[in-house]
Amino acid sequence: MSHTAPAERGWLRFVRPTLLDSLLKLNPRSQIRNPVMFVVYVGAWFLLALTIRDLVTGRTPLAGFTAAIDLWLWLTCLFANFAEAVAERQGQAQADSLRASRQEVRAKRLAAPRHDAKREEIAGYELRPGDHILVEAGDVIPADGEAVGGVAAVDESAITGESAPVIREAGGDRSAVTAGTTVLSDWLVVRVTSEPGATFIDRMIQMVESASRRKTPNEIALGILLVVLTLVFLVVTASLYAFSWYAVHVAAHSGQVIGLTVLFALLVCLIPTTIGGLLPAIGIAGIIRLMRHNVVATSGRAIEAAGDVDVLLLDKTGTITYGNRQAAAFHPVSRTSLETLAETAGLASLADDTPEGKSIVALAHKTVPSLATALPQDAGLIPFTAETRMSGVDLGEKHLRKGAPDAIRAHVVRAGGTWPEDIDTVVHKIATAGCTPIVVACDARVLGVVELRDIVKSGIRERFARLRAMGIKTVMVTGDNPLTAATIAAEAGVDDYLAEAKPETKLARIRAYQKEGYMVAMTGDGTNDAPALAQADVGLCMASGTQAAREAANMVDLDSNPTKLLEIVEIGKQLLITRGALTTFSVANDVAKYFAILPAAFVAVYPGLRVLNVMGLSSPVHAVLAAVIFNALVIPLLIPLALRGVRFRATSATRLLRRNLWIYGLGGLVFPFAGIKLIDLLLTLH
Amino acid sequence: MNNAVFLTLAVLAATFLLALPLGRYAARVFAGERVWTSPLLAPLERALYRLAGINTAAEMNWKEYAVALLLFNFVGFLALYAILRFQPLLPLDPLGLGAVAPGSAFNTAVSFVTNTNWQDYAGETTLGPLAQMLGLTVQNFLSAATGVTLLLPLIRGLVRHETDRLGNYWVDLTRTVLYLLLPLSLLVALLLVVQGVPDTLTALVRAHLVFPFHEGARLIRHQAIALGPVASQESIKLLGNNGGGFFNVNSAHPFENPTALTNGLETLLMLLLPASLLVAFARLARAPGTAVALVVTTLLFFVPLALLSAHEELTPNPRIAALHVAQRPSPRLAGGGNLVGADDRVGAVACALFATAATATSTGAADCSYDSMMPIAGGVNLFLMQLGEVIFGGIGTGLASLLAFAIFAVFLGGLMVGRTPEFLGKKIETFEMKMVSLSILVMPLVVLAGTAIAVLSPTGRAAIGNPGAHGFSEILYAVTSPGNNNGSAFGGLDAATRFYNVLTGVAMLVGRYWVYLPLLAMAGALARKKSIPVGAGTLPTHTLTFVFLLSGGILLIGALNFIPALVLGPVADQIVLFAHHATPSLVRGIQP
Repeated sequence: MSHTAPAERGWLRFVRPTLLDSLLKLNPRSQIRNPVMFVVYVGAWFLLALTIRDLVTGRTPLAGFTAAIDLWLWLTCLFANFAEAVAERQGQAQADSLRASRQEVRAKRLAAPRHDAKREEIAGYELRPGDHILVEAGDVIPADGEAVGGVAAVDESAITGESAPVIREAGGDRSAVTAGTTVLSDWLVVRVTSEPGATFIDRMIQMVESASRRKTPNEIALGILLVVLTLVFLVVTASLYAFSWYAVHVAAHSGQVIGLTVLFALLVCLIPTTIGGLLPAIGIAGIIRLMRHNVVATSGRAIEAAGDVDVLLLDKTGTITYGNRQAAAFHPVSRTSLETLAETAGLASLADDTPEGKSIVALAHKTVPSLATALPQDAGLIPFTAETRMSGVDLGEKHLRKGAPDAIRAHVVRAGGTWPEDIDTVVHKIATAGCTPIVVACDARVLGVVELRDIVKSGIRERFARLRAMGIKTVMVTGDNPLTAATIAAEAGVDDYLAEAKPETKLARIRAYQKEGYMVAMTGDGTNDAPALAQADVGLCMASGTQAAREAANMVDLDSNPTKLLEIVEIGKQLLITRGALTTFSVANDVAKYFAILPAAFVAVYPGLRVLNVMGLSSPVHAVLAAVIFNALVIPLLIPLALRGVRFRATSATRLLRRNLWIYGLGGLVFPFAGIKLIDLLLTLH
Repeated sequence: MNNAVFLTLAVLAATFLLALPLGRYAARVFAGERVWTSPLLAPLERALYRLAGINTAAEMNWKEYAVALLLFNFVGFLALYAILRFQPLLPLDPLGLGAVAPGSAFNTAVSFVTNTNWQDYAGETTLGPLAQMLGLTVQNFLSAATGVTLLLPLIRGLVRHETDRLGNYWVDLTRTVLYLLLPLSLLVALLLVVQGVPDTLTALVRAHLVFPFHEGARLIRHQAIALGPVASQESIKLLGNNGGGFFNVNSAHPFENPTALTNGLETLLMLLLPASLLVAFARLARAPGTAVALVVTTLLFFVPLALLSAHEELTPNPRIAALHVAQRPSPRLAGGGNLVGADDRVGAVACALFATAATATSTGAADCSYDSMMPIAGGVNLFLMQLGEVIFGGIGTGLASLLAFAIFAVFLGGLMVGRTPEFLGKKIETFEMKMVSLSILVMPLVVLAGTAIAVLSPTGRAAIGNPGAHGFSEILYAVTSPGNNNGSAFGGLDAATRFYNVLTGVAMLVGRYWVYLPLLAMAGALARKKSIPVGAGTLPTHTLTFVFLLSGGILLIGALNFIPALVLGPVADQIVLFAHHATPSLVRGIQP
């Protein structure tokens, strides 16, 4: 008991407020936002009144039946509210952890955008866009904004999770600052760009709170469909009263006209309460799933758009390849042995902390396992400089150097050596293959070339293949020349590439795709990416990006991981699939409910209609009750599915449709027969 | 039953065999291309445009198109109403049948303009040759062509992109009548004449009775036999899915449908143009795969329902069996089965197939008394109409409704593959869903509400010919048929009252304009959209999976609404009929 208690308390801590939320949502103003559930809500009040009337007039057995149905109508409403409340709570919990990073901050407002201007201390929430504030070492930045003066190291780990501080300075691509981050050194003058409460994190928090949640286009379209279905079933049940009256009084002269209780029960069973009740939760769950991936969407519309994307524009560096080039091969020249070249290159790079240097050492170790792992104490380090464009070490008399071919050539000639003829061929061959040649020399002797190459991330090829199966085209964007780009594109398995890309060419390419009718997604971070980000249907901006880029994008990735785009597409699709699947399920359920309620309602009029009681339900009262109970219970049963989302597989549309039709279409047809029968059996146990 | 299967398949095979070339021809006509009839008809077409002052190059947006359509239909309504009301003042009324009553004239005018051809009158005792020819037959052509003009903009909306032009209403209308309906009906009329259908301006012949008889004090020696321009109207009645008979008993009359051959031909003719439009769709929408899927879906509904109807009609009626009347299927008994209300020239099976074709398409013709069919067979008629006239459906309108259902199905299916739904490259968004919902769901609202009003009102109930559940079916049928622009009559119900004139009149207007104008608006919205290239992520609309999706959508959305009504009508009727306790529902009217 002792260790289950805290867990239980944690569970209760979550459920109790959620239950409270569900009850609070029973007020008409929140109910009317969901027209389908509002019909149930009105029905519940109506049957309550009916129960009271029957009790007062002494028709107790009838009152008992009405009360039982009414109870389940209220529960139906509560279950739907609960689904929404659970989703909201989850979203808030997610947001709270981010919000925790933002204490109530004070701001130093400046009278003018100068460091030395008059300042007054105010609360962070009093800031307005256009205000200038001063933030100094140790301050938490109170609002999103743009640095207009100074330079500072800023700890953005609260937002990005990245512990290394980043430099923020006025002008250029690194001027954006985010509320909730901390200044570590120096100072910045910041122009506030966002309304308090409309900052980055606030926006995310708002999106899960239904009050301010705007419905997405697809949600609206589906909503219309549900409302119209509800309307039609209202007329179906209303007209059934007339039909039943006719059957009893004119046609059969036996039985009873269908009661209001049964009519309401039928109505509630027929209208799409399952999807109607779960629709808000599904939408919120989509936002939560994005947040779990540390992506903030500025609108729900963007998430849906992500599901529709046909073309992904992916930056080569960071997305398709590792950020840096890595040593891939040694090419010795002039009768130098491979080992000598590897050893020299390795030693020359031991002090080189760049990823390229490290990769040369790693490759050298592979070739010559006995290679030293540290330099002797007296080794003289020659760091890389922009002028010499080479680096290396001096070991006693030996001068080991590596660098760009022309730099080494100058160095070798200066030292009295010769530039071997065969090396030009090697260098040329490497360069034309899209790789970088690094020439290695020992004193005046050229030993060979190290080939640095872009390394395609592992698994990315398979990922692109999956995208292709889903009908999504990948385009690699790179500043490299076409030859290099083609090589990497082939290796990574992208469908197309855009070489020597400049922001304008990116924008032009996006427009070209859109003109053909494609939906385009892209990632970017620089200010010069902003137009393209704004043009793209889904623009994912890195959190490290500039304010301009962030404003232009409709999603921001807090991890600054461009590969995230692929997950975002899947989340978008999953959101739509979940909606479609549950709608299909909900509508398909109606068949079984007809089979439960219609014979129950009319068997007294036409005894032969008992053949329609295919489930063999025990009595008319139980049949109606079982259908209503099933209709109510299916909502909480499906909450996990609504929140988790229907499983998504990267496969062709036909297969996906077939699978989902089987599960949710046929399942929706068959499952309620079993469910209603089971409930009926349980009811007869008493 | 084997004969029923054979007959059904033979008629369908012949229909599609003819529909293939006809559909290709129609597609070329609608696209404004030259066809082999052009040398003859093009000068006439040009002359008509010049006469009417129509600029054929000027295409219309959806609103202009809709206004032209409504205006034209309204003028047609006024003209027909005037002809019916002023019949005594007009020539060619040899019998002096007099003016049609205002309620009936309104109802009939609405009925023929909307391609419903619901008739609350008996043709031979109400209308002279002029009213039949100039009034009804003209509208038979125009309302069928109007159906096509409701479809063409929708297809153009799907095919065209980033434009608001949906074609020219006047050109679409003229070409449909001139190139398609006129030549075909001329040909068919000649065929019918060959088989014995009269086509004359003589309104009446007096025949000497072989056995004169006494009625009261009078000795009856002559029989007046109504005649008229029957063949010319009969051909367009079936081809144009109109269904309004020259005679009261429609195609059950030997002058409308004299032989077994004409009966088969007429069944085929009802299906011919809807089937041809499916073929034309393949070409016009450049979507042969989707067209095949639509055809398969159509047959998936039509064949089982036709066979169910035939099977029911072949089932011996227990009440008649109790009278020791033979009903077994045998050639001597005209195929046997339920022959109540069916001529032995036709037989129960052919009657069932004719009825299925008449209610699947919006024709609504009848070659036997639908009121006297077995309850479930009558229920098949009801069900086909209640699906929204999508199984073949009306000329143009049937395919338009089917496309609306396809868009509806694609909306759910598209969601299930994780994309904003699209149909033939067009994104289906909020506005489209609004219009499709309106189009699909207004009809059930009107039919259910109308039926409820009729059964609750004493006037509505007073018209019933039969008590019991069958009486309920009669009322349900009388609202369902006009509400879907079908026009077939179950019979047994006296619909020539002000109450039913107004009720069915409203149902016809709503069933025509509220159902199809939203689709026209949607066509306008679709045309403005970009065309999205098809990819592996697109929901394909040419697969068997799509067929199931579409069928499921039609069944769930189209039929769920009517299940309670069908249970209390035909199903209850059937159960009572086969139950041992006799109820008054036994006695069924034989009047068609």
